[in-house]
Amino acid sequence: MPEPTVVEVSAAWAPPAALLLLTLAWAGACLDGLLGPAPGQGRVRALRRPLTETARLLRQPRRTLVGADVMLWRIGGAGLVLVALLMVAVVPLGRWTLADLSVGIVWFNALDVVVWALVWLAGWGPNAVHSLVGGYRFLAQALAYELPLMFALTSPAVAAGSLRVADVVAAQHTVWFVVWMPVAFVVYCLAVAGFSVWGPLSPAAGADIAGGVLSEASGPDRLLLLGGRYALLAAGAAFAVPLFLGGGAGPLLPGWAWVLVKTVLLLAALVAVRHRLPTLRPDRFVEVGWMVLLPLVLLQVLFVSVIVVGGS
Amino acid sequence: MLEAIVFWTLGAVAVAAGAAVFKVDSMARATYALAVSFVAVGLALLLVDLHYVGLVTVLMMVMEMAIMAVYMVMFMGMNPALMPMSMVHGRRTALVVSVGTFLLLAAGALLVPWPSRRDAPPVDVTAALGEALMGSKMLVMITVSPVMLATIVAGIVLAAPRTRYDRFGDDLRGHPADDPQPGGVGRR
Amino acid sequence: MTLQAVLLVAAALFSVGLYGALSQQVVVMVMMGLELMINAVILAAGGFWWFLAPAADGQVLLLVVIAAMTVEMAMGFAVATLLHRHGAGDMTDMAADLSR
Repeated sequence: MPEPTVVEVSAAWAPPAALLLLTLAWAGACLDGLLGPAPGQGRVRALRRPLTETARLLRQPRRTLVGADVMLWRIGGAGLVLVALLMVAVVPLGRWTLADLSVGIVWFNALDVVVWALVWLAGWGPNAVHSLVGGYRFLAQALAYELPLMFALTSPAVAAGSLRVADVVAAQHTVWFVVWMPVAFVVYCLAVAGFSVWGPLSPAAGADIAGGVLSEASGPDRLLLLGGRYALLAAGAAFAVPLFLGGGAGPLLPGWAWVLVKTVLLLAALVAVRHRLPTLRPDRFVEVGWMVLLPLVLLQVLFVSVIVVGGS
Repeated sequence: MLEAIVFWTLGAVAVAAGAAVFKVDSMARATYALAVSFVAVGLALLLVDLHYVGLVTVLMMVMEMAIMAVYMVMFMGMNPALMPMSMVHGRRTALVVSVGTFLLLAAGALLVPWPSRRDAPPVDVTAALGEALMGSKMLVMITVSPVMLATIVAGIVLAAPRTRYDRFGDDLRGHPADDPQPGGVGRR
Repeated sequence: MTLQAVLLVAAALFSVGLYGALSQQVVVMVMMGLELMINAVILAAGGFWWFLAPAADGQVLLLVVIAAMTVEMAMGFAVATLLHRHGAGDMTDMAADLSR
């Protein structure tokens, strides 16, 4: 196994990294608007929609509600983007990374659990029934996908023998992990949709509860909530690249370009999933998560462990 | 120097948040104040090179507090509107005892002649923990797992309102289950 | 950052938790006090590990303490749910009514 060559850059690169993540989130929002334009809207207008929505929301006055817990509400809303930024801090862009933690995978896992708290707070804060229902739905569904996600994250760690993201990238120099861990990859992508309140796992923001956690958010808070969802999708897609898709490996382009290409492709796939799959009800998904996904992903980890022990 | 500042900040945050648990007006704030306290302790563990344990503490505690908030609201019935609440008994005794305990423990911490450090920490702390868990301390993990299983079973037995016989009928043959709040895909 | 500093913070956390565990009437608030006490134990154990004996095996104790805390929380909330359902309310003083 070649030595992992990841260079930790100084914290001064954090703002450009944040800008890169937000650009990816923007691209995701543009694609989402393109795939599902409002009736009567042309392509160009749909592409401009993130810009117009941002401008509109920045100027929109905030809604005040009786008895709202404003501090918790703002924390819930603003935290999503912050969590996404922290998630990508451990993703190596080719040879460079912001934080070369020895437990990068656990860092990502801890952050996606923080999203539980944030979405619930965003639902609790407004003191409104629909957003509260949305927050509770999120917790019920998160209990179902979280354990499969944890084991799906354990799978590459077992194969690489380390929790460090650079080691996981280095362990894929012969074959990418997505080839022999497809179950873990699919479960991981599902969980990314889950913690981004996206697509099949978005009952927390469902239309049947008037938008759920998004129902009472207005103005800059709404912008942060909506933008946070796209940012979390982008961060999840970015983290899948070193974990399952070989990091910066690829023929012609340099490492960092391949990381970006793979992230964009996976982000596009995740965004498109919303327009293809229906939203799953949390009480039904709970049974699927515990009775189907968890045993499958445990078998996947067993398979990986057998191969690793047998090969060494 | 920087480490000391970070540690004292985290320590102050942890203690202040812990005190806030019993002072704030709403259950959600109390629960998340406890979560902040735990996160501060988890981050403080990162300072002493316990990377894995610190992050796992943060992970588990945030998850636990998120679920616990639901239970707190359920039991205490608070809406987000902040209502003053102070439900204590024997407050003065508790204060005296806790201050006394703090003085005792602090005196112990400062006055006991602690031994010097035994060996150097391992180079890769996480890998060393993994080796210890799978090697010399395997029995500990083996013991913890039936304890966890027993906890799951006991928790469900205590908390579930309807037994198997309530749900499936006296001969356990009535499928799908007769629940007031149906769930699952409707298989059984 | 010395062992004494870590232990002072842990002692403060422990005392705050003890105050909560002794003074609160509601079962779940007592449990939050217990949580704070175990939090203090985790911090103190981490401090002892680093400053006195940073062997690999010592970290296992921390994981066991975290597991114990999880067990305590699960059992405590199950009991609180049971108390609530049987109408004894959620006050520790009224739990004696269950025996009737």
